[in-house]
Amino acid sequence: MPTTLIGSQEFVAVDDLAAAFQLTVRDESGAITVSYKGRTVVLTSDQALASVAGRLVSLPAPPTRVGNRWLVPVEFIARALAPIYDVRLDLRRPSHLLIIGELRAPHATVRLEPLANAARLTIDATPRASSGVTQDGNRLLVKFDADVIDPTFPVFQSQGLVAAIRLVDPVTIGIELGPRFSAYRASSEAIEDTTRLVIDLVGAETSPPTLTTGASGSVAPVAPPAVDAAPIGSPPPSIRSIAVDAGHGGADTGVKGPGGTLEKDVTLSAARHVKAAIEARLGIRVLLTRDEDRDIPIDERVAIANNSKADLFISLHLNASLRGEPAGASIYVATFRGTGEATPRLSPERVATFGGGSRDIEMVEWDRAQLRFLDPSTRMASILRDEFQGRIPLDDHQPSDAAPFRVLESANMPAVLVEMGYLSNAEQEQRLAGGEFQNALASAILDAVVKFRGYLDQSAEATR
Amino acid sequence: MTLRRLALILVVMAASAAVGWMLSVGVSRWTRPASSGRTATVAPAQPAQPGRRIKARLFYVAEDGARLTAVEREVPYAESAIEQAKEIVNAQMAPVVEPLVSAVPPGTTLRALFVTGDGQAYVDLSSELSRAHPGGSLNELLTIYTLVDVLTANLPAVNAVQILIDGKAVDTLAGHVDLRRPLMKNLDLVE
Repeated sequence: MPTTLIGSQEFVAVDDLAAAFQLTVRDESGAITVSYKGRTVVLTSDQALASVAGRLVSLPAPPTRVGNRWLVPVEFIARALAPIYDVRLDLRRPSHLLIIGELRAPHATVRLEPLANAARLTIDATPRASSGVTQDGNRLLVKFDADVIDPTFPVFQSQGLVAAIRLVDPVTIGIELGPRFSAYRASSEAIEDTTRLVIDLVGAETSPPTLTTGASGSVAPVAPPAVDAAPIGSPPPSIRSIAVDAGHGGADTGVKGPGGTLEKDVTLSAARHVKAAIEARLGIRVLLTRDEDRDIPIDERVAIANNSKADLFISLHLNASLRGEPAGASIYVATFRGTGEATPRLSPERVATFGGGSRDIEMVEWDRAQLRFLDPSTRMASILRDEFQGRIPLDDHQPSDAAPFRVLESANMPAVLVEMGYLSNAEQEQRLAGGEFQNALASAILDAVVKFRGYLDQSAEATR
Repeated sequence: MTLRRLALILVVMAASAAVGWMLSVGVSRWTRPASSGRTATVAPAQPAQPGRRIKARLFYVAEDGARLTAVEREVPYAESAIEQAKEIVNAQMAPVVEPLVSAVPPGTTLRALFVTGDGQAYVDLSSELSRAHPGGSLNELLTIYTLVDVLTANLPAVNAVQILIDGKAVDTLAGHVDLRRPLMKNLDLVE
C-alpha cells in the first residue's frame, strides 16, 4: 500500500484503505466517517483524534487533505481501524509490514558478535517460533516455522566468517559464509515469549597465505593464520571459494580405458585431491559438484557453482582418441564463436528500488554467462599450462584452446575445463588413476590458483 | 453449359492456380538459401541423377588422432541442396576401411535433413551417434565437426548445422559440446 511522507510523518490515503478493507467513507463538512459493518470511526480535519465506536483515540497527526484525497497517519490502521475490524490487524512500522489476520509473523532480531576465530549469531524470534538450521553450500539457512518473518539485521562489515546476512524467502534467513568458515553449532531456548537461536561459527585453523613454491613445484607448509579477518576497509579476497567439477558420474561413465578404468572414477578421485590440497594449504573453500558416484545434469553442476557464488570453476575430465596414441593434458576455455550467436542478447534492465529511485540490474543469460569471463578464464588456462610444465604432461597436439563446452558456457565466474590426460592411452591409464599423478595434479592446480589470485588482485588494484 | 456454370468453373480454376502458386512460392522461399551471392540453388527435391557425380571433401580422423583430415571423394550429384546434403552426409557416414578412421560412430544413419531459408541445416541422425560414441571431449569435437564441416565446406547454401538425434534436439553428444545451437564451420580442427 503506498504511503506519503509529510514532514516526518507517514500517511496513507483513506480511499486506499477503503479499497483494501471494504470500508465506507463519507466526507461531510470537515468530518470523515469511516464505517465497517456498522461500526464507525469519525475523524475531523483539524484534530489528531479519532472517535472509534464512540471511544476517543489519539493519532500522531490530524488528517490532511491532498488534492481531493484524505490522508491519515499510518497509525490510524492500528489505533482506529483495528478495533472496528473483525480480523486482526498488526502494523509493524519499522519493517513496513501490515499483517492481516492470524498470521504467524514473528519478529526476528539478528545479532552478530565477532569473537577470536569464531563468531556468535543470535536470532530472537518474538513471539516464539521454532526454526531449523541447515548448510547449503557456503551458506547457512535458518528456516522458521511461521507464515512470514519480520527480520531486523545487524549492520556489520563483511568478515572472514560471515560475509552477509539476508532474507532468502519469507520464512528463511540466509547467512553467507566467509572463506574462513569451518563449522557451526546451533542451539535454541525459550525465554518468556521469545525463542532464542544461537549459532556458533568456528573459523578454519589455516588461512591464505604466503605460499612458497620450490623449483620442483612442491609446496611448503604455511604458518597458521592470524586470527582475525581482513581489517575494515580492505578489499575482500579475490578468491573465497572454488567449485571443482568431477566430470561424468553414475550411469554416465565417461571414457572407459583399455584396462577398464572409468573416467568418472578418476575425475572424482582427482577432484577430492584438489579439494584437499587447496583447503589445507590455502584455506579457500572448495565445493565439489559431486562427491559420490552419481549422474548430475550439466546444468546442475554449473548451478552449484553459480548459486554458491564460487570465484573459479574447474571441470576435470579425461580424454580419448580413436587412433594414434595422443598423450597429455589439455586445458580449454569456452568459446561462443561459430555458434551463430556471439554477442550478449540482453541489455541492463532499469528497475525501481525500495524507497524511490531506480537502478540498472545486469541481465545475464543463463547459457551465456561465461561471455563476461572469457579473459580471466583464458588467463587461468594459461597459468595452468605454465604450472603443468614439468609436472603434468601436456598434449602437444591440442588443436584448439577453446571449445563450445556446455559446462563452461553457463558459469558465472572464470571457468576452465581440464582434460587431465588420455584414458584411451593404455600407457597412461594406470598413471592417471594413481595417487602420484593426482597429487602432482592437485599441487599444480593449487599453484595455479595462487598465481591466478595474484592476477585478480592486480586487476582489482588497477581498477581502483 | 450455362453462363453461370462457366463462370463457376473459371472461378474454381483461378482459385486452384492461386493455391498452387502460393504453395510453390512458399516452399521455395522456405528452402531457398540466402540470396547473398551463394552459388547453390535449390530446386524442388529430386533424387540424385544416376551416373552423375560431384567431388566433395569428406573428413576423417587424422593419423595423430587429434585432428581431422580432409579426403576428396566423389558423391552422387543431386539437383537440390537438400538432396545433395543428404548424399554428402550419407557418403561421410558410409563405413570406411583402414587407413581411414571415421569419427562418426558405426551404425549411425541419417533419418532426415532439411535446410532453412537462412542456410541452417538440421541433420537428424539415429541414436547410435550418441549411444555408440566412445566419449572424450576431443572425440566428441571431431565427431561433431566432421558433420558440421562436411556440409558447410561442401555446400555454400549451408552456413550452420544443428544436429538432432532421433528427431529431437539434444544437449550434448557425450557430455561436452553444446548442441543446443547450430554450429558454424570450424576448420581449426582440420590438419
